[in-house]
This record gives sequence, C-alpha cells and structure tokens, in this order.
Amino acid sequence: MEKIARIASRTMVLDIDNIDTDQIIPARFLTTTGRDGLGEAAFHDWRYDADGRPNPDFILNREENKGRTVLVAGSNFGCGSSREHAPWALLDSGLRAVISTRIADIFRSNSLKNGFVPVVIDARPHRWLMENPGAEVVIDLESTCVELPQGPPAPFEIERFARYCLMNGVDQLGYLLRQEERISAWEQRRA
Amino acid sequence: MPRQTLLAKVWDAHEVVPETPDTPAVLYIDLHLIHEVTTPQAFDALRERGLPVRRPERTLATMDHSTPTEPAATLEELDQVALPAAAGQVRAMIGNCREFGLELRGLGSPERGIVHVVGPELGATWPGHTVVCGDSHTSTHGAFGALAFGIGTTEVGHVLATQCLLQRRPGTMAVNVGGRLGPGVTAKDLVLAIIREIGVGGGTGRVLQYRGDTIRALTMEQRMTVCNMSIEAGARAGMIAPDDTAYEWLNGRPMAPQGADWDAALERWRALEDTGGAAFDREVDIDAGSLRPMVTYGTNPGMSARIDEPVPPSGNPAADKALAYMGVEPGKLLLGRGVDIVFLGSCTNSRISDLRAAAGLMRGRRVADNVRMLVVPGSQQVKREAEAEGLDEVFTAAGAEWRESGCSMCLGMNGDTVPPGSLCVSTSNRNFEGRQGPGARTVLASPLTAAASAIRGAVADPRELMDP
Repeated sequence: MEKIARIASRTMVLDIDNIDTDQIIPARFLTTTGRDGLGEAAFHDWRYDADGRPNPDFILNREENKGRTVLVAGSNFGCGSSREHAPWALLDSGLRAVISTRIADIFRSNSLKNGFVPVVIDARPHRWLMENPGAEVVIDLESTCVELPQGPPAPFEIERFARYCLMNGVDQLGYLLRQEERISAWEQRRA
Repeated sequence: MPRQTLLAKVWDAHEVVPETPDTPAVLYIDLHLIHEVTTPQAFDALRERGLPVRRPERTLATMDHSTPTEPAATLEELDQVALPAAAGQVRAMIGNCREFGLELRGLGSPERGIVHVVGPELGATWPGHTVVCGDSHTSTHGAFGALAFGIGTTEVGHVLATQCLLQRRPGTMAVNVGGRLGPGVTAKDLVLAIIREIGVGGGTGRVLQYRGDTIRALTMEQRMTVCNMSIEAGARAGMIAPDDTAYEWLNGRPMAPQGADWDAALERWRALEDTGGAAFDREVDIDAGSLRPMVTYGTNPGMSARIDEPVPPSGNPAADKALAYMGVEPGKLLLGRGVDIVFLGSCTNSRISDLRAAAGLMRGRRVADNVRMLVVPGSQQVKREAEAEGLDEVFTAAGAEWRESGCSMCLGMNGDTVPPGSLCVSTSNRNFEGRQGPGARTVLASPLTAAASAIRGAVADPRELMDP
C-alpha cells in the first residue's frame, strides 16, 4: 500500500448532513466482482440526471474542482450500508480524504483499509471550511492536524494503529497473520 | 464494583490479544456470515496470498442480495430471470465457495434466504457469540445477546484468513424501554421511535443495549427487528441480554447445541443475563406506552412521525432537500397520501410473524387497484412455513405478488425496484434517496401499516382496520 504522510489540496464542499453510502455509490453498481473503475459511479445519482447527462452544478462536474482531492462534507458522512465500494468509488474518482464533524463507523474503518483518509474536526473550523470552498488545506498525519489558510491548525483524532499503517503503507492482514500462534493457542485454550 | 455491560462480557471472552494504546485488540469471531455482494474481492485477496479459509465450519454462506425473487433453482433458470451482472455475482459466489471448501446455501437450497434471517433460523447465532458479516444489518443477531456488527470487504478477508478482526472496544449506550406497546404498535414502530430519539448519528462509536420490561416482553422476532435497525442510529451494534425467550427459541434448531452441549451452553448463557447495575457511557429512556404507528416522511430513518402527526417543519437545507425529494409538505399529514407500491420483506420484517401480522389484516380484503404489493419472505424456510399456513393464498387472493426469498426491493440490486417518483410503503430499513431505485420515494413502516396502506391505496393507520 502507498504510504501517506500529507494530503495537500484545495477543497470541494458538499454541505449536506448524513450523506449515506447509497448516495456515495448506489446499490445497482454493487454487482461488480472487482474493485476498480467505480469512480464513474461515485455520487452517480447526484452527479448525473435520469438520462445520464452530467449535472453541471454538482461538485465533481465543476471545472474548478478538477484535480482536487479533499472533500468537505456535513456531519455523519458515510452512514448506512457497509459497502466498501464507497471508499473504492471515492478513491477512483480522484478523492483522497473527507473532512467532516462525524464519520460513520463502518465507512471510517473501510476508508482506513484503503488509504482514503477520514478526518473529523471541530464544528468551528469545519463551518469555516464549509463556507470557503476551494480553501487550500493540508491534512498532516504526522501532526494529526488540518492546516488551514487562516487561524490555528485544526487537530483531528485518528486511531494510532490505523495511522501507523497509513504512514508506513502497512497492510493490516499481514499484521493479523503474524498473530497466528496466539490465535491457535487461544482456540485450544477455549476448546 | 459495578457489574459489566453485556458488551464487556462478550468482548472480554473473545480478546485473543488485548488492546494497547498503539494496537487494537485481536478479537475472535465465532460466526462469519457471507453473501455474494461483499465477498468476491475478499476471496481475491486470499487467492493473491495463497491463503485458505481458516475456519470453514465457522463460515455460513448464502445468497440474498442479487438473487431474483422469481423461481430460479438452477443456473439455467437464473439466466432467464436475473440481471446479467447479478447472475455473474451469483456465479462468482458459487465458484468461490467451491474453491475454498465452503458449504453454500445457494440456488435450490431449502436453507437459502436473507443472511440475517437464515443465521438465527438455523440456530447458528448464539448468546455470547461474536458475529460479523459484510453487511451493516448484522446488528440483527444482537437480539440473542451476541456482539454482531457489519464489516467491509477487506475485513471479510481478514476473518476468512484468520477468524479474527482488529478492533477497538466501542462505547456503550443503554436504551431503557418501559411500558406496554398499544394495539397496532409494533417492534418496528418502537425502533423507529428510538432512532428518532437518538438521531441517525447518535449511536456512532457505541453499542446499544436495549433493556427494560418492554424489551423483555418482546418475542425473538420482534427483538431482531429492533436490533436490526441499530445501525440506522449509527450504532456499531445493538444487543439484548439473553433470557428464557432466547433459549426457548434456539432449543432444537439444527445448529444450536444439542444434548449435554446444550446444558453446558445454557449455563454459560445464563451468566450473560441482565442483572442490572452496569454503568453505560450514556442512557436514554423510551416510554413505549405513548407510541403510535410510525412512518418516515424524509430520506433517512430518523425522519419519522407518528401516523397521526403532521410532517414537522424542516428548518434546514438538508431537510428541505429531503422533503422536496419525497414530495411532502411540512404541517400536513402523511396519512392519506396515495401509494403506488407496498413492499413487505427485508431483514427487518420478513419473518413468519411479520407475514402473519400482515396476512391477518389482509384476509378477505383486496389490495387497492392502483397499488402493486410485493411479498418477499425472508428465507425459503419462512416461505414454506407461510405456505403451510395458507398465508400465500391470503396474499395472492388479495392481489399481492408472492415471491421467492431475498433482499429484493429493500435495495433493488436484483431488479425488483420502485420506479422514479413512485411512493412505496416499505417494511425495510432505509428510506435513503434512490435506495429502492433511482428517484424512488420510500416510507418506512411496520408490516401492519404496510398491509393497511396496500388495502387503502394510501398511507393508512392499521388500527382503523383492526378488530377491536
């Protein structure tokens, strides 16, 4: 896995609370058996009209957002279904991180496994980001702060092991597989 | 010293490696439920590393999301009735289970069905178990006093390979429910009221433990309905301490402990019973006696109202957007709003008692002319049981469609969808935009409210159709 230390980008903003994973990727795109190429499905039904024409106002279709990698979204981002297709689709659409005031548990866990960085900051800097789309930010995993164009950096919490894995490109399955002896011993003790 | 929460008891009994500030716990998983949608990429990960499934006997496989609800017992029949991509996913599941030596309750199996209906019905879910599945409604199994939660596909791979997960211990929230549910008020109405109280993100990072005399009085199927929707409050899981109701339900089921093992299991399970005195991070109290049938009017499960209550004023842009999507106006009742489709099914409300409740209301009545009603039993076993009781005939005589089991119109992956702009009263769990199909409008309700709405052709109060 790719090592991640800092993500620097201008932001794009979706000022909506409770964005669920059915919006991030609708269920009809889940019949895939792979994980690639889901970027076109990201926010599909907000991004395209019923006839498949791009909605010019939607953030992913706006010219000024091309190349931007940080999404700022309302509270409780990623609620609903456990589909890991949600971070897969966001990553494939070019996004690398989301900043919110609350991120749903399963989505956060799935994101961390794929190098998509879920960032929860306080309401005040978050509100400022909401009101200033296109702000230049740096998500710094070393200092666990979001550097903003003005004011003090906004600290965020990230589980220490997940942070270590992101920064060192560690695959968690490898770590788990190294616990094999302890797992076997535990199974025998219990039996 | 305060007594332990149910979460703490189950967690402590499954910690292979305790958590430290730097590393999460290695948590042992007793039962891994798998289905066709969230596993193909996990099996790929095993293949890439040359790994086997570590504990096939702890893995229960079925197919539910992409399967058609028209009869298809063979691959040839599947190709005739299924969407091509969905059929491809079904084939991949069959191939993966064969390659990795897993028994699959697949096409043609009498034990196939929605994974969260099949597990309990086979007696695979036990009190004190850890249960996971690549599906957020895994919280259903908490009804038995299991710690049961949804995971993503990468974690499905972790469990297949190691039978363990890396996890931090979640927080806790007690949901204390007292009082008696009135006539026509069901477990579904109760859980919708709980979600409205907590909020759709209010349970984030926490495990809910439902307690109180109302919960104790619920049947196992009602408890499953409540625990099922814990995720709609953002909770990691929902749990109910086991009691005689749970043991009686499990006793004699094929995968439940038998003979001397049963006695030993019962002794272990009794230690999980709620004797009070545990400290929770947060507690909320719900008065069940004041509840009425509930309906959702917006685009998340927290946006609900009593059926006799007008849609509340919106107050923010997100709520405005939701009301516009639904085509509803603040200050007006949803009661009486015209209905196009009624869906009776999903892991929330597709068990035999749900079908009995709806059929009880529909016996001798007709689905309104302008309404399509789809009845999708939760499993093939539920289907057979319903047919043995003649419930299928009640539904078909009323003009409803009687289908094969599966997730169906809850999320429309298999082609069972609600057309754009149509209003569906649904016994499922999510009213998100487009959940039942692009542009579909979903009103979540109980099986009783769904049946009453089918008959009236409009959102209806089931109490008006019930015998006094």
